[in-house]
Amino acid sequence: MSEALGVESTHAGRAAVFVKDEARLHWHDTAVWFVRQKRDKARAVLPEWEELRALGARIKAHTLSRLPDYLEEFEKNALAAGAQVHWAQSADEHNQIVHGLLQERGVTRLVKSKSMLTEECGLNPYLEARGIEVVDTDLGERIVQFRHEPPSHIVMPAIHLKKEEIGVLFHEKLGTPAGLADPQALTEAARQHLRTKFLGAQAGLTGVNFAIASTGGVVVCTNEGNADLGTALPPIHIACMGVEKLVPGPRELAVLLRLLARSATGQSITTYTSHYHGPRPGAELHLVIVDAGRSKILAREEFRSALQCIRCGACINTCPVYRHSGGHSYGVAVAGPIGSVLAPHGDSKKHADLPFASTLCGSCTDVCPVRIDLHHQLLLWRGELAGRGLVPLGKRFASRVGRWVLLRAWAYRLFGKLARTLAPLLPRSGWTRQRDLPEMPRESFRAQWRKRAGPR
Amino acid sequence: MPARDEILRALRAARVPELPRPDAGAVAGIRYDDLRDRFAKAVIENGGRCALVLEGSVAAALRQIPGYPEARKIASLIPGIGNLDLAAVQDPHELEDVDFCVLPADLGVAENGACWITDHGRANRAVCFLAQHLVIVVQAATLVHNLHEAYLRLELPKRGFSMWLAGPSKTADIEQSLVIGAHGARSCTVLLTS
Repeated sequence: MSEALGVESTHAGRAAVFVKDEARLHWHDTAVWFVRQKRDKARAVLPEWEELRALGARIKAHTLSRLPDYLEEFEKNALAAGAQVHWAQSADEHNQIVHGLLQERGVTRLVKSKSMLTEECGLNPYLEARGIEVVDTDLGERIVQFRHEPPSHIVMPAIHLKKEEIGVLFHEKLGTPAGLADPQALTEAARQHLRTKFLGAQAGLTGVNFAIASTGGVVVCTNEGNADLGTALPPIHIACMGVEKLVPGPRELAVLLRLLARSATGQSITTYTSHYHGPRPGAELHLVIVDAGRSKILAREEFRSALQCIRCGACINTCPVYRHSGGHSYGVAVAGPIGSVLAPHGDSKKHADLPFASTLCGSCTDVCPVRIDLHHQLLLWRGELAGRGLVPLGKRFASRVGRWVLLRAWAYRLFGKLARTLAPLLPRSGWTRQRDLPEMPRESFRAQWRKRAGPR
Repeated sequence: MPARDEILRALRAARVPELPRPDAGAVAGIRYDDLRDRFAKAVIENGGRCALVLEGSVAAALRQIPGYPEARKIASLIPGIGNLDLAAVQDPHELEDVDFCVLPADLGVAENGACWITDHGRANRAVCFLAQHLVIVVQAATLVHNLHEAYLRLELPKRGFSMWLAGPSKTADIEQSLVIGAHGARSCTVLLTS
């Protein structure tokens, strides 16, 4: 399936491939919606939930408003705690820094825990091309790594796969018995396999959920414990973070931690919430702080709040388009509404279709723990991309016609009449390929209203 | 460091109007009538076990934990418990076959069952993650209602490792099926002492 998705160049094209298997589509929809429901249950038991969201948004907005100061404070404190700090302006620079650190120390075996930043930077292929074995240790990430495909979800990387498919994969890669599809047994096989990787690793790399300016510490959240094993055994820990990961201090961290796991999976907290202040005795901790386009987003007031994102995935789980098109249809490391808002800041031309991969229903905005106005930003992007000529001609033409008609009452009446008589006669194509046209009323609303209201 | 200066310059060039720092401590976090009861329930929600024991009877409580009496290698950061001298361990890889690890926690949080564990600068924190089973000993008197209170009370170490530990290692990466025992501990028992 991933191969088929790969040929198509647009979200709609890749989604069309995904929806061909209708049973699978509904299974995917249900699986993702289940996570949204878990989030709803977790929020329902906290009376202060909305207050927390508002506070989370204000904390992040404040931090962004003083970001360079907080970064300097963080750097100073991180250095004092014994960490080494590196800065990368671009994805390439980030990859070079990480590779340089590994090469200087003769590292050829690296274990990684989840980091969407390194996914965004394309770190794995970069290191692999230079002779370094990179093992993703999050179970879902290991599964998609075995399949040579990207994660389809930022929190649940293998949500698009069925246990039987993972069984076949593990049979081939890990030698589990053919036909084994029990999640417990498959997880046990991965545990045994990855233990050897943890014990054999020469360095561990993690992402960062939060970086605390006032203490110079970084916080990493996992349920599996893979980040902790990967950093407690080898003598080198590299933690990669975007500049937007900062929080002023521990009190602010408390607010965001309370929001994160509940929004992500409906848990009250992740199993492991690790605070790293400097390296462990005799080891090294390297922090790589990455811009890679974030300062450009910061400069754009209407899009700035997207940098508040804490990568919980709540907007993804609730999105009807994501649930019905799958994460791979987006063609970017971060799928769903937040991904569609972020991606056009990079290659606008390539990702111009993503802001259209939305119904603008606003559910994403409703669940966002830091109140990013996601659907509004999607709409803003549509306007901007159209203005820059990056939207297909057909779409632009249709919008022009719509605007022309809506500005003229007589044209609106005429079009209404034409639609009521002609639409049912049209061949089934385009819009009606997957839906039925509603039955056309005999007369317009205006005509019905006139009749009811009687002559004035 | 040109990249550093370039990044800071670009961020300053964004000219973001300064917004006031909200009072993150002002939020009225959830509170519970019975802290111990809620904490125990939260531990169970996380997939762990919780037992209330008297201060002096931790050793007896440990023997009640399934697998503990038969365990060969028991690491502990509580004096008088365990059979492994962690101070003598040169390389964390030696801890690969530890069966049980018994950890003291500084603080427990009722809303989520999380326990605050610090390594106090020791090199061998790997044992917390390598051990097949975990036991956390936390004093009932240290329980707080929620994370806001917790961060107000605890002091982050200037240097070293610390974490919230909330139950056994788990994953739901295969078809959303919850599996306990992903990479770390396969079980986690919290002994709440009073």
